[in-house]
Amino acid sequence: MGAPELIKRIPNIVVWLLLVAMPYWLPKVGGYVDLGSQVVVLGLAAMALNFLLGYTGVLSFGHAAYFGLGAYGAAMTIRYLVPSTGLSLVVGTLVGTIAAAIIGPMIVRLRGVYFAMLTIAFGQVFYFIAFRWSSATGGDDGLTGWTRLPLNLGFTTIDIQNNPDAFFYLALVMFALAVGVMAWLLRSPFGRTLLAIRENERRARFLGIPVDRHIWISWVISCCFVSLAGALYALLDNFVDPRALYWTQSGDFVIMAVLGGMRSFWGPLIGAAIYVVLRDYLSSLTENWMSFIGLFFILVVLFFPRGVLGMIRRKAMS
Amino acid sequence: MTQLVLFNVFNGLIVGAFYALMALGLSLILNLSGVINFAHGGFLAIGGYLAFTMMPYVGFWGALALAPIVTAFLGLIVERLLIRRLYGRDPLYSLLLTFGLAFVIEDGTRFIWGAQSLPFQVPGWLVTPLSNEYFFLTGYRLFMALTVAVAVIGLFLILSRTRLGIRIRAGTFDLETVAVLGVNVRVLRNMNFGLGIYLAGLAGVLAVGQLGLQPTIGASLIMPSFVAIIVGGLGSLPGTLLGGLLIGVASGITTVFFPSATEAVIYVMMAAVLLVRPRGLLGEEGRF
Repeated sequence: MGAPELIKRIPNIVVWLLLVAMPYWLPKVGGYVDLGSQVVVLGLAAMALNFLLGYTGVLSFGHAAYFGLGAYGAAMTIRYLVPSTGLSLVVGTLVGTIAAAIIGPMIVRLRGVYFAMLTIAFGQVFYFIAFRWSSATGGDDGLTGWTRLPLNLGFTTIDIQNNPDAFFYLALVMFALAVGVMAWLLRSPFGRTLLAIRENERRARFLGIPVDRHIWISWVISCCFVSLAGALYALLDNFVDPRALYWTQSGDFVIMAVLGGMRSFWGPLIGAAIYVVLRDYLSSLTENWMSFIGLFFILVVLFFPRGVLGMIRRKAMS
Repeated sequence: MTQLVLFNVFNGLIVGAFYALMALGLSLILNLSGVINFAHGGFLAIGGYLAFTMMPYVGFWGALALAPIVTAFLGLIVERLLIRRLYGRDPLYSLLLTFGLAFVIEDGTRFIWGAQSLPFQVPGWLVTPLSNEYFFLTGYRLFMALTVAVAVIGLFLILSRTRLGIRIRAGTFDLETVAVLGVNVRVLRNMNFGLGIYLAGLAGVLAVGQLGLQPTIGASLIMPSFVAIIVGGLGSLPGTLLGGLLIGVASGITTVFFPSATEAVIYVMMAAVLLVRPRGLLGEEGRF
């Protein structure tokens, strides 16, 4: 490995070092470990969304639905089926992915705002199901009466139930797997095709690329990892309520991606970190934190549309 | 039973008329400017609250006439200051901006008027039922239906007869050509936005007489309006109107037979329409 190659990898190395060491440095700067877990989980959701948003160029405003389906899938598995953390993650991810795969063909024909509108509207179905089917989902009060369980790996058991550090590392391992797969996909011919579609859809079509099918696959992959994030989120809180499915949650994911920088791989993670810290701070400060978040959205759009990493890159170039 | 079904069909029509009024405004803005206005529900709430504040001074009729106009002016200002900057950029940004704006407006109304539901007095003679057997046929509901009808007819007359309306329709098809022909597109989009917001304000005044006044009133009406637009067909205003009425009636009927699916049914309907006829009921082939 030559020196330039090494320099290119420095950002990656820094991100991973910061993430792995988080339980050690976060409490020292005034945070707590569960806050770190939130960053990792929501960061995964935002990065998964960005697979579609930033790398395929398709505007989804309905990812909360699959996030919430993952959360409910995991929670209901533990509550009603098998008390197993591993299985709950698998079921949660599958539920969200299958729903996305079924809905996909109905929406991939449309582009731009129209795609966004359909994804929002379809997402609402699951919200109302969770809201109304209270005998199974707990309705508006959320699903309680369950808790994540120690992770049994066969040869040893990890106590993620009472040890927040252990849960953080479980989330981080899942995060690493998902992010690794996404990075690998983006470097593959398939990923390059997605970029081609983003840059010029008509030209891609002329080259014989089945654009709609590629967008569908990208959508399913994106939703798959968002459901995984949702499942982890339910386990983190030992709780899930319909708000995880609501369309405002989708907007939160989009703002995380934009805030960090849609055109960079790590951008959404940084956006998620800023968002989580800001929300934590504002909600402890004022009851009207929603309007501050709203104001924050407006300011980001008007003055910061490229996001943190986009700005840095632009500065570096000029 | 028949009475119950009739009651819910009628109720559905009223609710559908709200959806349609709101969706028509959304549709106008979406068609000409390519902006999904998430803050539309917020403007609806503002219309309602303004009417509430004006009522002691100008009475119900005065509020009905003035509140939507004031709301429309607010809309013109918002378009001028915020939304105009985002035309021609990735639609993502206008989505996020109006989304944030919706939060700000909802919290703002809560801050100014309080979180509790406020009483809204409509004239007494409008509330009395017109018939004992069909108790649900109150004067106010008929009045609402009538007002919505007048507003919709007015809108279609503006669009087909006035210079502004004709330009709006032309711009929906080909904004560039309209601009080349010497129309000031900035003003056109501004007026169009105001027109859409006027409809939201009007829906707001009517809605509070029926649903009561609370900050979240707009948020609960905006999603069905999206569905109305999709079911009716993107780009088609008559489609939007039809879509609004249809989903209103559909959820009304569902209330009778399967109450827990009242909200979900319209999304199922949307999926069904998209499967059978992807462009929506009255949408044009190949435009979207």
